[in-house]
Amino acid sequence: MKNKNVKVESLVTKKGNKRRQFLKMSGLAIAGSGLLLSCSDDDDFTEPNPDPDPETFDLGGGDLGVLNYAYALEQLEADFYTKVVNGSYWSGAAMEEKQILEDLYNHEVNHREFFKAALNANFDAELVLPESLEFDFSSVDFSDRDSVLSTAQLLEDTGVKAYNGAGKIIETAAYLVIAGKIVSVEARHAAAIRSIRGNDMDDFKLFAGDDIVAPGTGLDGAENPSVIINAAGGFIVTPFTANQLP
Amino acid sequence: MNLIKFLDEFTSDNLAKKGASRRDAFSTFSSLGKKAAIAAVPFGMAVASNKAKAATMFQSDDAVGALQLALTLEYLEASFYLQALDSNVLDQDGTGKANAIYEQISMHESAHVTLLQDTLMSLGETPVAEPTFDFTAGGNFDPFNTEGDAATSYAQLLALAQAFEDTGVRAYKGQAGALMGNDDLLTAALQIHSVEARHASEIRRLRGLQGWITLDNRGTGMPAATQPVYDGEENLSQGGVDVSTLGSGSPFTAEASSQAYDEILTGDEATTIASLFIES
Repeated sequence: MKNKNVKVESLVTKKGNKRRQFLKMSGLAIAGSGLLLSCSDDDDFTEPNPDPDPETFDLGGGDLGVLNYAYALEQLEADFYTKVVNGSYWSGAAMEEKQILEDLYNHEVNHREFFKAALNANFDAELVLPESLEFDFSSVDFSDRDSVLSTAQLLEDTGVKAYNGAGKIIETAAYLVIAGKIVSVEARHAAAIRSIRGNDMDDFKLFAGDDIVAPGTGLDGAENPSVIINAAGGFIVTPFTANQLP
Repeated sequence: MNLIKFLDEFTSDNLAKKGASRRDAFSTFSSLGKKAAIAAVPFGMAVASNKAKAATMFQSDDAVGALQLALTLEYLEASFYLQALDSNVLDQDGTGKANAIYEQISMHESAHVTLLQDTLMSLGETPVAEPTFDFTAGGNFDPFNTEGDAATSYAQLLALAQAFEDTGVRAYKGQAGALMGNDDLLTAALQIHSVEARHASEIRRLRGLQGWITLDNRGTGMPAATQPVYDGEENLSQGGVDVSTLGSGSPFTAEASSQAYDEILTGDEATTIASLFIES
């Protein structure tokens, strides 16, 4: 049952130690013992064996699907903020904005690595979304404040809607709690970015503006994965499908 | 279920046992704050000594209990923001910004009250009645400036808002598991939860803090008695793994690793915090 796929090999060779460490510690490792066995074989399949025509990756369903979906979104956000903190707007930004964006970079990279570890600890490697998805941020000018901040706002608001909409798909309470721990931080981010932009335009209510929180109900957005993936499609280069998610 | 009666007994029982009145416990909320360390102790111990009792009140598998707790917290927030806006204390900032922020939050919290009441009624349940709140916490605070010290009232008004919003985020998160299996209820609760987080971020920033919580730091200017709102936020273990070990560099410092994840409050922890502002 060896998977002869490039992405598996790269995960194993680069992250083998970290994976083993996570498995040892993980309370989420439902399928942990099985994966430990497969990990013990890691050294056996170092031969290059690229699949010349890999099928498009599908995120899967249930908990696996939601975790892969979250992993994709966190990769997207982490990649964006990595470009932000390497861009000229950030390097010359006012101290407060610089700190906020660095914090957001830190948090999103941490989230990305959490999902990678959690997925690899609990699911067979061939079921885990590849790391290093490719994104296209050519529409963003990383030297331009408004371009960076408006994109950050879009991504954070989208993240909130995505997690809010995905909660109902989660089957295991522990995963739901972790998604909850992350989504509120995404919402804190969204509010902070909106607050900066709101100050610019004397709109002091933008942190939770009527454009994002329905004024009649006080509810934030919630969207299904299909809607989110479609909306984020302009940034996503590496194709994947979500055929088993709503 | 008589939630309010329970809350009231719960609070007075525990504080009495520890030989501290509610007034003593929350004297530290005032701008003086000298008794901070001492007064925080009975509060924390009261929580620990009655966990079992409160746990029976908000069973983690009881969706109605979760909604009633949420409604109680929303009553508290809605009442607080309405009184804050009526007080004119927010004019202290001289820009209209604080007032605008509170107006927006007030609109949301009042909407949440209506939504939760309607939801409970649609389930055939009677929503808990709105308690009588005491935002002076027994006379230790003057957030609405009845005593003529507007600057102190302004600081208290902001500190209370931060405590309530950060509590709300953690409390909703703690109830999510109880709503699993009912997609509509769970999704609505999540949609409220993230709005509370937006509020929390903005209030914190208005107070000059970061929008997110670092370790278990309550933040500059927050009275020591608010520490139970932040206890546990220093957790780095997510799903059994220490997330600060998942890589190197700035994203994996203890500070960043704690900021990146908000933590839950159990029903009894949230209840205890809210109870300190409930008169009857």
